[in-house]
Amino acid sequence: MNEADRETLIGKRMPRKELQRLLRGRGRYIADIRLPRMLHLAFVRSPHAHAGIRAVDLGAARGSPGVERIFTGAEVAQICRPLHGVARHRRGHKSALQPAMAVDRAVWQGQPVVAVLAQSRAEAEDAAELVKIEWEELPAILDAEAALARGAAPVHPELGDNLAFEHAIVENAPDRAFAEAAVVVEHEFIIERQTALSLEPRGLIADYDPGGETLTVYHSHQSPFQMQDVFSAHLGIPEHKVRVIAPDIGGGFGMKLNVYGEELAVAAISKLVGRPVKFLADRLESFLSDAHARDHKIKARMAVSAEGRITAMEVDDLAAVGAYGMPLRFNVAEGMMAITMAGAVYDFASYRARTRNAYVNKNLIGMYRGVGIPLACLVTEVLADFAADKLGIDPVAFRKQNYRKKESLPCTTPGGSRLTSVSFEACLDKLVLGMDYEKLRREQRDLRGRGVYRGLGIAAFIEATAYGPPYYGPSEARISVQDGCTIRLEPSGLVRCVTSITDQGQGTLTGLAQIIAETIGVGVDDVEMLGGDSAISTYGGGAWASRGMAVGGEAALKAARALRRNILGLAGAIAQTPPDDLEIARGQIVNKLTAAPVISLADASKIGYFRQDTLPADFDVQMSVTMSHVDNHRHYYMANGVQASYLELDPDTGFIRLLEHWAVDDCGRVINPLLVDEQIRGGVVQGIGAVLFEEFIYSDRGSLLNGTMADYIAPTAGDMPDIHVAHVETPETATLLGAKGVGEAGLIGAMGALWVAVNDALKPLGARISHQPFTPERILEAIAAGRG
Amino acid sequence: MQPTIEVEITVNGVAVKRTIPARQHLVDFLRDELELTGTHLGCEQGVCGACTVLLDGQVVRGCLVLGAQAHGKTVETVEGLSDRGALRELQAEFARRNAAQCGYCTPGMLLTAQELLARNEPMTRDQIRQFMSGNFCRCTGYHAIIAAIAQVLADRLAQPANG
Repeated sequence: MNEADRETLIGKRMPRKELQRLLRGRGRYIADIRLPRMLHLAFVRSPHAHAGIRAVDLGAARGSPGVERIFTGAEVAQICRPLHGVARHRRGHKSALQPAMAVDRAVWQGQPVVAVLAQSRAEAEDAAELVKIEWEELPAILDAEAALARGAAPVHPELGDNLAFEHAIVENAPDRAFAEAAVVVEHEFIIERQTALSLEPRGLIADYDPGGETLTVYHSHQSPFQMQDVFSAHLGIPEHKVRVIAPDIGGGFGMKLNVYGEELAVAAISKLVGRPVKFLADRLESFLSDAHARDHKIKARMAVSAEGRITAMEVDDLAAVGAYGMPLRFNVAEGMMAITMAGAVYDFASYRARTRNAYVNKNLIGMYRGVGIPLACLVTEVLADFAADKLGIDPVAFRKQNYRKKESLPCTTPGGSRLTSVSFEACLDKLVLGMDYEKLRREQRDLRGRGVYRGLGIAAFIEATAYGPPYYGPSEARISVQDGCTIRLEPSGLVRCVTSITDQGQGTLTGLAQIIAETIGVGVDDVEMLGGDSAISTYGGGAWASRGMAVGGEAALKAARALRRNILGLAGAIAQTPPDDLEIARGQIVNKLTAAPVISLADASKIGYFRQDTLPADFDVQMSVTMSHVDNHRHYYMANGVQASYLELDPDTGFIRLLEHWAVDDCGRVINPLLVDEQIRGGVVQGIGAVLFEEFIYSDRGSLLNGTMADYIAPTAGDMPDIHVAHVETPETATLLGAKGVGEAGLIGAMGALWVAVNDALKPLGARISHQPFTPERILEAIAAGRG
Repeated sequence: MQPTIEVEITVNGVAVKRTIPARQHLVDFLRDELELTGTHLGCEQGVCGACTVLLDGQVVRGCLVLGAQAHGKTVETVEGLSDRGALRELQAEFARRNAAQCGYCTPGMLLTAQELLARNEPMTRDQIRQFMSGNFCRCTGYHAIIAAIAQVLADRLAQPANG
């Protein structure tokens, strides 16, 4: 048969299959699910950043209409083992034990203290207002410097001090490199605390059945398997009796990957009452208790030779990581990624870096898109631009002459990142061409003569995707880095796939369907996908670290190939033809040599399921195949990209207008460019939000002052530029599929590009900015400081 | 006990009579009483636009309107508009351009876009961006949403009836 008869689906722009449902309002999110006898839970949260709980009076609340039960943290703690977010392999990493709810002391504002169960959420909230707690407010530690100052009171006395973790890297005599450098540039980077802000808040329905002693949890979470393990371990329910189902999820962005004490409490309370319990955070609760991110102060330097060669970098990171170590995912991740990936795109040998993480009386820092990689990117690229400027070299030329070249691969950077198949130059070339760099620079120069301040910023990055066993394995965190699926040929010749991958809107399930359909030889609509149920698929990780397509796709490819072999074997037995002479195309089994139709998939499948009596006695029919994928020794599949931001800054008001944004990404083989492009654009806008708008503001006693969407500013359509996306494809060599992850690239590169662009716009004013987000006030302060 | 109130509201073309808590918001009435869960709650403060519905044909925030305020009025939600095909072109263009990811903001986006289209006036991309700025999306970056609306608007204006 002609190869062209097989439909090529991998690499095709195809709309998402799930969208038809979501576009009609037929999504099924946690808020939409009701179970019989379900109760609603509302938390009473600590109004103080740090306070002792002297007494709790539940009398008035118990009498409130609709109230069923009320639980304190101490009652929940009796049946729920505390969390302990410590990475075993990180020497010196420490955390206090975290109870599911505060027991005798609250250590951040928003920590849950009392849980009220009622017939409706409104009644639970009414009763929660009647709970009387006698507080003893204690001094709160609110920033990393104060936390690590000599004599600072520890957030947790049992730890002795507030240093959660410290790690240093010294490679190839950095002091000498700095001493010998022709040019040294340095800068400070303050990155305020923010959050992921999924539009659907966190939520879950925990349903403990005392009869079967089973726990079923409908959970707005990215990793049902991780939570199956957590609920089992902390509530003492055997793992095979815990089932976690992730229905439609209204955005996750890493934030819904974390382990939350209060979500554990919901499951514990369901076990205590033997009924389904629903908890859905409202927006204020989301701001207070969804994992926070960032909160870093970084000082960094770069050494450059007279010829414009980068010779060394130095990065000193200090982060405030909240009141406890984030369970399973750890609060060391942002700092460690920042210092291991800073400078990774540039070819230099000497490096010194340090990260220090401090406990403070604030909400926990956890996973959020990009983790520490955007910090690595923006620090490196701001310094690169400063160095190029000081040497009078064009920023693009400076970058090109310093990038790690293809010929130097594979290599390990001085920070410890392994680069195998990256493409810095190819991406930059494509970017410069696509944006018409020279024209924009001319325009920028011309406009400066007329008092218009435009900035152009370029930032390259690496994106470590699909983390493998060497990353989490030694930490002893029970996190699955393998993913897999079962593919079943239905008796009608159609295909069903159940995968361990979860999809929060990325479109991964459609991408997997494309891989399966092309590999087997059916149409993409002939494949139906299901994910997000810990009881019915292979064990797996779900959605984190941009793994869905790279790992889940590889598993799907392997399983689809195996099922295709089985189908051809069956067809061969039916037609008494060697299976190697057969092929499947568009749902038909045909003879490869003559192109003659042999049998339809539906007819073959019918025989495979219902007429085995017509097959040879010893023919083994296998119409379902299960496969998983994991790379035992690989740390990650390293993707890369480059972005550019063009913007205009008003020096009188401090306002920034974004004009245009470009992204060229190399995530290996692109399975569906439509979905990948939109992933990147969404990430870019989150990166823009971080750099220009998003920050938590606290009172001097640690109270969050901007816990509404009117006060916590995030990007809306009117603020955003058009975003142009292009690709370079350097396939991952470790897999058959060749895909790498792409989920975080948009955010990582956008933060870097905006930091560079805004500083570029400020350059003629003699100003530099170092404090994110770049609010108009901070822009004006930077301009004033530049004049001073 | 919470005071209650009797309301009669025409929802998606069907007259509905209920006794509801006086404090119940329209969005909670639609979701909890009528199981019209296509309208979502994002912020409960009128900022995010996820709860957008049509009240007597006008776009409103379901979280800022009480159920009682809808008494004697007509309400349309994404379910009703989808069923009668009013959103067909927008839905097709959103799908074609992948202008929705998690889908949580999408019903609100579609209804606001529907109001924009109903004006039947040419708009630039920037004007469309400003018009849609009351609807928050955290997934898409807005680019595809704006492009989809611009396309449907252009198609409509190009129809002969619009000469």
